[in-house]
Amino acid sequence: MMSILVRDNGFAEDRWEAEGGLFIDLEKFGQDVAEKVSENTCVDIPNDVHIDSLKGLFENAAMIRIPFPSFADGRGFSLAKQLRQHGYEGTLRAVGHVIADQYGFARSCGFDEVEIDNDLAARQPEDQWLARLPQDDLSYQNKWLVEREGRNF
Amino acid sequence: MARAFTPKVVTANALLEGDVIYMKPNGEWSRLHSEAKLFEDETEANDALAHASEQASLLVGAYLADAVKRKDGKPEPVHFREVFRTKGPSNYPDHGKQAEL
Amino acid sequence: MYEYNQFDRDFVENRNKQFRAQVERRLDGSLTEDEFKPLRLMNGLYLQLHAYMLRVAIPYGTLNSRKMRQLAYLADKWDKGYGHFTTRQNIQYNWPKLKDVPDMLDALGEVEMHAIQTSGNCIRNVTADHFAGAAADEIEDPRPTAELLRQWSTDHPEFQFLPRKFKIAITGAPNDRAVVKAHDIGIQMNRNEAGEPGYRIIVGGGLGRTPMIGKTVREFLPKEDLLPYLEAILQVYNLNGRRDNKYKARIKILVHETGVEEITSMIEEVFEKQKSLHQAPPAEMIEAIEAQFLPPEFDTRPIDEDKLSKIIAADPLLRSFVETNTDLHREDTHTIVTISLKPIGGTPGDATGDQMRVMANLAEAYGYDELRISHEQNVILPHVRRDDLPEIFKVLKDAGLATANVGLLSDIIACPGMDYCALATARSIPVAQELSNAFEDLKRQKDIGPLKIKISGCINACGHHHVGHIGILGLDKAGVESYQITLGGDGTETAAIGERTGPGFSYEEIVPAIGRIIDRYLELREDGSETFLEAYRRVGADPFKDALYSSEAENA
Repeated sequence: MMSILVRDNGFAEDRWEAEGGLFIDLEKFGQDVAEKVSENTCVDIPNDVHIDSLKGLFENAAMIRIPFPSFADGRGFSLAKQLRQHGYEGTLRAVGHVIADQYGFARSCGFDEVEIDNDLAARQPEDQWLARLPQDDLSYQNKWLVEREGRNF
Repeated sequence: MARAFTPKVVTANALLEGDVIYMKPNGEWSRLHSEAKLFEDETEANDALAHASEQASLLVGAYLADAVKRKDGKPEPVHFREVFRTKGPSNYPDHGKQAEL
Repeated sequence: MYEYNQFDRDFVENRNKQFRAQVERRLDGSLTEDEFKPLRLMNGLYLQLHAYMLRVAIPYGTLNSRKMRQLAYLADKWDKGYGHFTTRQNIQYNWPKLKDVPDMLDALGEVEMHAIQTSGNCIRNVTADHFAGAAADEIEDPRPTAELLRQWSTDHPEFQFLPRKFKIAITGAPNDRAVVKAHDIGIQMNRNEAGEPGYRIIVGGGLGRTPMIGKTVREFLPKEDLLPYLEAILQVYNLNGRRDNKYKARIKILVHETGVEEITSMIEEVFEKQKSLHQAPPAEMIEAIEAQFLPPEFDTRPIDEDKLSKIIAADPLLRSFVETNTDLHREDTHTIVTISLKPIGGTPGDATGDQMRVMANLAEAYGYDELRISHEQNVILPHVRRDDLPEIFKVLKDAGLATANVGLLSDIIACPGMDYCALATARSIPVAQELSNAFEDLKRQKDIGPLKIKISGCINACGHHHVGHIGILGLDKAGVESYQITLGGDGTETAAIGERTGPGFSYEEIVPAIGRIIDRYLELREDGSETFLEAYRRVGADPFKDALYSSEAENA
């Protein structure tokens, strides 16, 4: 199935693999995964993984992808937040059933982009996602961030 | 062993109004249980439910509810929950469908 | 009373716009019903048995006259002229139409109210002691903390899709009127040895299918650590709470299955990280919140006690009302008035639009413009001068609001049950009505003494039956309503889960069965001062089981 990337500037085609990027599965490679990680790899992690078992990936993985089996399963939000809290600075991508109404939440938790399938993209077109950009999604959390650190999204 | 099939009506709540609705013999929807089609064949009932479940722009939460045929041939609910759904709340006799009955 | 700043107003307005768009997107097919449902629930909108239901938050139970009048306006315009106050400091409207709900939310926004997170698998409306800021036994007003928690939890990006709903309650008094031990997180304001203010944190309480009393995970948490600590609890829960079975998804099950020690160390580990990174609100903002909950300037002119006691002595109904429906205020010239929404034979917690306006007028005229809603489904005037009681009583009496039964048998908590709720397995309101009618004589109720009867129409226990001195749980037994009785429950600082007596009773049998329990209590109590709960704790369940089951056999 084709997929669409949602970013703050709208829908985009996923060029990751076309441009030489690799997806590797944490569950498949287990302990050895750290050796395979480089700046052209994206590591797929399950959403129930303990943060400690990801520590070897931080420095090198260009991207980490977290699945949303259902939009009602919010583990990915906490996992993304934890990865950022533990210092991960690469790209964070949410993949699966994320709905437009959650885009601001995903961004606020540390995701950079969301990967959805074509059916969902057709049902919830670009404007529905752009209506929920984090800077427009008024939230107390973001407000406190801005007031404390004087920074904006 | 599978339980023997007992007659059913197809019921749901209307999306816009929220109130209880029943599928009529012509496939349209009624607010009155007495106008519901009583399905006595299991396959027919399941097909009707599948058809109802596709009407997401009209209704919410379609399901099959047990009913029996009254003497006048009209269906009547079996379970007390379904009886309440045909009427309204018991603490306000003038609220809900019972107000119009 | 907290007043919205520009951000609060913008936030609610923006949120309401989002919801209006979500309704449109449901109708045009952009959102499936499965996707729309959690979104509407997060905005307080349920689809119940006969109609939609809108649950509006009354944060920490605090209202003023303007808000109460607007609640009356909603009742008259979009409901059938009444509203239902719930067991969690909310008000529910039972008859809205989907297309009207965005307008209802806008109308609420005009008076700085909303329905955000009154349902859904997110952090629910934070509840607090309904006597906050008024009670004589209070250490500190919990409402500034509750308001901070309202802001923190509202639209929190990380915690909108938790394994299950999440309820927080807070109290600032040693006498627990907020049932904090039956919440996912209970917060008790306390002080450490140095006298610094902080919080005791209790986790994993809850009623429902598996009732549990919460466990203390932190005896003393410094005030400034509250938000990062709660974030740690929520993060541990969001990542580890069960998602395979909705009946095992609450944090109480995680605490139970993991063990208190282990869960405490998981929380502390995350907290260490959160503490250094947490984006806490600026200190000025917290001070600004606190400033809005300063007590009113009480009118402390001395009271003509002779005159007042003569007026009260001359009117037995007034005397009864004063004895039953008032509580000690921190100012001795003042008192706390509880307005019972439990008229004999009425629906617990219901008030008409006209009654809401009467209560609003009283708050304005005599109560420094403050009203509270209790989890016991009553309305409170938290600050009134004692010499205004005769006049307040007269106005309440004319409005059918002067029932002198607070804390007595007919002050029953009942969930909506199968008269409204799509989840219910049996009715609860008519059981409450019939019990109330069967014991309509208030003198008899007074003789029976303090008694909390709580009724739930399903295992989810919205009627808090587990913590009722007498709890009633309505179930569906093979297509017939059946009512189980529990005894000895307690929702206060001495919290206990009630014990099941045995087989259930039919709808027709349940009221006589409760009558037999009361009769047995009256026989066996040591004297009029021994309450039902005290007697139960002294003699145990057996005499009551005997009354329930052997006399039933005799009468058969």
